[in-house]
Amino acid sequence: MALTSARRAGRRGPRRFTARDLVVLGVLLGIPVLLDLAIVWGPTLASVVLSFTSWDGIGDIKWVGTENYTNIFTNYPPFWPAVRHNLMWLAFLGLVAVPFGLLLAVLIDRGVRFSRFYQSTLYMPVVLSLAVVGFIAQLVFSRDQGALNALVGDKQNPTDWLGDPDLNIWMILLAAAWRHTGYVMILYLAGLKAVDPTLKEAAAIDGAGEAQTFFRVVLPTLRPVNVIVGVITVIESLRAFDIVYAVNHGRNGLEVLSVLVTDNIIGEASRIGFGSAIAVVLLTVSLGFVVTYLVQEIRGEKSR
Amino acid sequence: MSRRGLLRSAAFGAGAVTLPSLLSACDSGPGGDAKTVRVGSNSSDAVPKKAFADAFKAYGEQSEEGRTVKVNTVDHNTFQENINRYLQGKPDDVFMWFAGNRMQFFAKKGLLHDISDLWQDFQGFSPALKAQSTGEDGKQYLTPYYYYPWAVFHRKSVFKEHGYQAPKTLDEYIALAKQMQKDKLVPIAFCDKDGWPVMGTFDYINMRTNGYDFHRDLMAGKEAWTDKRVKEAFDTWRRILPYCQKGANGRTWQEAAQSLQKKESGMAVFGLPHAGQQFPVSEQDDLDFFPFPVINPEHGLDAVEAPIDGFLLAKNSKNLKNAKNLASAKDLLKWLATPKAEDIYLASDPNNIAVNSGADTSKYSALQKKSVELISGAKQISQFMDRDTRPDFSSTVMIPALQKFIGNPNDVDGLVNDIERQRKTIFAAD
Repeated sequence: MALTSARRAGRRGPRRFTARDLVVLGVLLGIPVLLDLAIVWGPTLASVVLSFTSWDGIGDIKWVGTENYTNIFTNYPPFWPAVRHNLMWLAFLGLVAVPFGLLLAVLIDRGVRFSRFYQSTLYMPVVLSLAVVGFIAQLVFSRDQGALNALVGDKQNPTDWLGDPDLNIWMILLAAAWRHTGYVMILYLAGLKAVDPTLKEAAAIDGAGEAQTFFRVVLPTLRPVNVIVGVITVIESLRAFDIVYAVNHGRNGLEVLSVLVTDNIIGEASRIGFGSAIAVVLLTVSLGFVVTYLVQEIRGEKSR
Repeated sequence: MSRRGLLRSAAFGAGAVTLPSLLSACDSGPGGDAKTVRVGSNSSDAVPKKAFADAFKAYGEQSEEGRTVKVNTVDHNTFQENINRYLQGKPDDVFMWFAGNRMQFFAKKGLLHDISDLWQDFQGFSPALKAQSTGEDGKQYLTPYYYYPWAVFHRKSVFKEHGYQAPKTLDEYIALAKQMQKDKLVPIAFCDKDGWPVMGTFDYINMRTNGYDFHRDLMAGKEAWTDKRVKEAFDTWRRILPYCQKGANGRTWQEAAQSLQKKESGMAVFGLPHAGQQFPVSEQDDLDFFPFPVINPEHGLDAVEAPIDGFLLAKNSKNLKNAKNLASAKDLLKWLATPKAEDIYLASDPNNIAVNSGADTSKYSALQKKSVELISGAKQISQFMDRDTRPDFSSTVMIPALQKFIGNPNDVDGLVNDIERQRKTIFAAD
């Protein structure tokens, strides 16, 4: 008894809540939690369960155990290319688009001439939906009627930018990176504006060079922005869908996991069990990233 | 495109099974008076949409009982992609769909109304049409309305200018292609970005080589894709491929048809509406076709690929539980099966031909007349790969497989093994 009263004196305990507070809290927390359960976790669990069944959307659901998974891994030619493409997407955005966006942000932040103009031009693609970007990509890269081949002017043997399965994923990655760069740039620009100039000054007085100042002083202070950029890059690569769908329905060299899920579940095909199994694979991969991120965050909190 | 993309991603995110209510929620129309027939239409393009509106208007005017039609038009591709959920949810009384396996699939699932009683009075439909309107249980489910043939299309003026003759056999076809190459033409316009266009070429090569029965059994999953007859078909195709436009996987069917129209290419395997729609009105008369050439004399020109579209009754329609509504819907189908109903439609959409032999052909274009001749001379009518086989097989297995073949035609063995393994799992599903 003594213990509780001491604690109550020390800090605000739960007893300070009136019944009305509890009701309000309950409702305010309860509704999102219920929505979360109903909209996120319910369907997720349903997908996991369905992934062990065979169902065409009509009639009976048949339990098939892990057969769908065996089929995905051994007997579904588009699967491994799709996994590869998602990973390429992640690598390309992470290693090309993000550093490039950072570079642009730094340049603009240092106040090059017409920086406002560059800023808005580079940010423009972000406003476009990826489906529109896909459409633009078609106008540029189409083999017979595209702008790029008109410029290159090789009438005899024009390059098939979007139809050649070894080439088209790179064109799509370029288009996706075009958009991602602007996004990353804006985020870093906001971060850079918030960096205290006295930090740079102090570093300069200590004799740090330009590069040293940037990598040792400025970049570490951008940590929160780095985390956000990392997260959106992972999200963008895993959910890659609309741009390839707009170009050729994600076939012939443009397979990605989310398209395979859609192809099997939505549409006339309706291999719902099989499609759910692919979705579960995608979920597992995402969880891998989420868990890594959370672990890092929690460790970071502790060490701070 | 973006709207559909959004809808799909949304559905995907929400666990993908929640879509049915979306589609069916928007069609709670009238129907209480038992005289309004609700029709679900996938004809979202301007030309067919207007043609159907004309036809339904004419139905309302001729109906003595005062029956009318209320049309619920959905974007063509969206309608197809959601058909599964549409038929299980709250479908319209009557809906437009395709003949063949693509219809039988839903008949087997019990989602269609048996209309065998109507078929007893139907007149002017050939046995081939009846066969394509019949489910696996021997009952009829479809009222055919129009169809169009697949053939090899070309421009008369190009053939005249170079003195080309329509080839009758595969060897002549290849010889003609070689000659076109010398004349600086791309011999065969070729496209498969959309996934389905080359299916027509495969079907024809397969049917000309191995006959319609083999095509039917192969599509029904009763024959192995590793069969040497399938390999033979792919090998024949490999002989033609060098004369086809390069980069087919990156070309839409519109672009391919336009290259034919611009006289950059000499020939193209297409359906009548595909070629026709890309030719301006003033050049329509210059468009011509010849039947896909003979490969194996045993099968000659027996089979013609001519997809049939028609009308069906949806079993799950609430209105149809009422006998009066059912009578109205059946009355509409009965009228749609008459030659006059088809004439009204074709007056506004000349890229198809009537299925009923009693239809008025006097206003037909030369091309339409030739189409009628081609189809009526056929011993068998096939639909199209994606209508003759299971939808899941055609979309998730065959589209990637054929695109792979076009990209790399040399590994036929690996390709058919891949297809065969997937065929086994998919056709074993039920």
